[in-house]
Amino acid sequence: MNGFSHAFQQAVDLVAAADPKLVEIVFLSLRISLVAVLFGCAVGLPLGALIAVNRFVGRRTVIVLLNGLLGLPSVVVGLVVYLLLSRAGPLGSWGILFTPTAMVIAQAILITPTVAALSRQVVADAWQEYREQLRSLGETGFGAAGTLLWDLRFSLVTIVLAGFGRAVSEVGAVMIVGGNIDGVTRVMTTTIALETSKGDLPLALGLGFILLAIVLVLNAGAFLVKETAQRRYG
Amino acid sequence: MTATLDTRAPLRLLPLRLDNVTFGVGTRQIICGISATLEAGPRTMILGPNGAGKSVLLRLCHGLLKPTGGSVAWNSSELSGPRRQAMVFQRPVMLRRTALGNVTYALRLAGVPRRELEEQGLQALRTVGLEAHARHAARVLSGGEQQRLALARVWALHPEVLFLDEPTANLDPGSTHEIERIISNLHAAGTKIVMVTHNLGQAHRLGDEILFLHEGRLVERAAADRFLRRPESAEAARFLEGELPW
Repeated sequence: MNGFSHAFQQAVDLVAAADPKLVEIVFLSLRISLVAVLFGCAVGLPLGALIAVNRFVGRRTVIVLLNGLLGLPSVVVGLVVYLLLSRAGPLGSWGILFTPTAMVIAQAILITPTVAALSRQVVADAWQEYREQLRSLGETGFGAAGTLLWDLRFSLVTIVLAGFGRAVSEVGAVMIVGGNIDGVTRVMTTTIALETSKGDLPLALGLGFILLAIVLVLNAGAFLVKETAQRRYG
Repeated sequence: MTATLDTRAPLRLLPLRLDNVTFGVGTRQIICGISATLEAGPRTMILGPNGAGKSVLLRLCHGLLKPTGGSVAWNSSELSGPRRQAMVFQRPVMLRRTALGNVTYALRLAGVPRRELEEQGLQALRTVGLEAHARHAARVLSGGEQQRLALARVWALHPEVLFLDEPTANLDPGSTHEIERIISNLHAAGTKIVMVTHNLGQAHRLGDEILFLHEGRLVERAAADRFLRRPESAEAARFLEGELPW
């Protein structure tokens, strides 16, 4: 217990002093996950909305698959991306294995289905209400999907943040494709895993605080955005 | 009136011909073989008890539902260009935008150039007395205001035909009066009105002719005055007795 409180104190000091190593790891984490979320949303949001508002052959299968991918294990994504990007793999010539780019790709693959499945659900629920009105005005397909995405923007913020939360707190995929190289591909989660196994608890704990704080602040932000928007826009 | 319509639309949508139209879900027939022609001009009120198929008939005419039998045919095809018919629903659906934003959204879909959107939108809001609310969020307006906004959205589009599905069902008398005034103005401006209502007083005030539906069939069609005083069919007579007098 004494060892724990000692580590705890050291962790607080690290965070308070903005230890350069810690700051570097935090910023790399945020940068990778933000870019991954950007790509994940650029694909996932329109995809989810289009599936919600269009009728096509195989739609139900696509929805079941998409919902299944919500539980996509991150280590499997890591493994697949690793195989694709490794020297012998089909994309080996890119030479990006063990770089932040590879980590962005893995995280983007991981969260795109999450964003698509969750946004499909939100848009599909709203579509029940909007369908007749929008069709009456002559809006269909892509236009309707875009209109709904914009109209549901405040609900979708929660989904975007859920995607970011999944990306930033995920460890399996980035460990495999990033390699946890000090100063290059070491992010919060991989550092926590490594330092804990090495017995260096202060850095692991400090990063744990920050990770927790980021997730909490994001959720509080999403809640406030939604509440304010509800009051202003109904 | 017709002159302005002719310059905008070389080929008119009306008349609308329903030929032996049926609509069913599963084994249940909701509309059973309705044939009728809706001409430009008279305001058509669709009356009938609950479950008669009034709202479904309106949706079949507007193209929101496809008939399972028979045909719904306009005089000219609407395939190219923006829609020249519009519909106002019992519960208006407002987008999470300003009142003006809701009108300009419809205008943009109708192909109005960007620089004219705001001016035309404000003009439409003025006709329904909502210009003071132009910058307010549409969804926080009252029920009556939202329905007026729905009518402003329609007004801006200058449709040749307007379908209304019990637009005043949830409104107080003051709002109802306001909505009726706007509908009358739309008619005066050259829009054909086809409206489902439950309210006989409203049918009397707004209607020129009545289509009376019963169990998915068109039982009677007559001038509003005549129908409300002396219905010919037994079903219509029973319906009028059961309804509250105006």
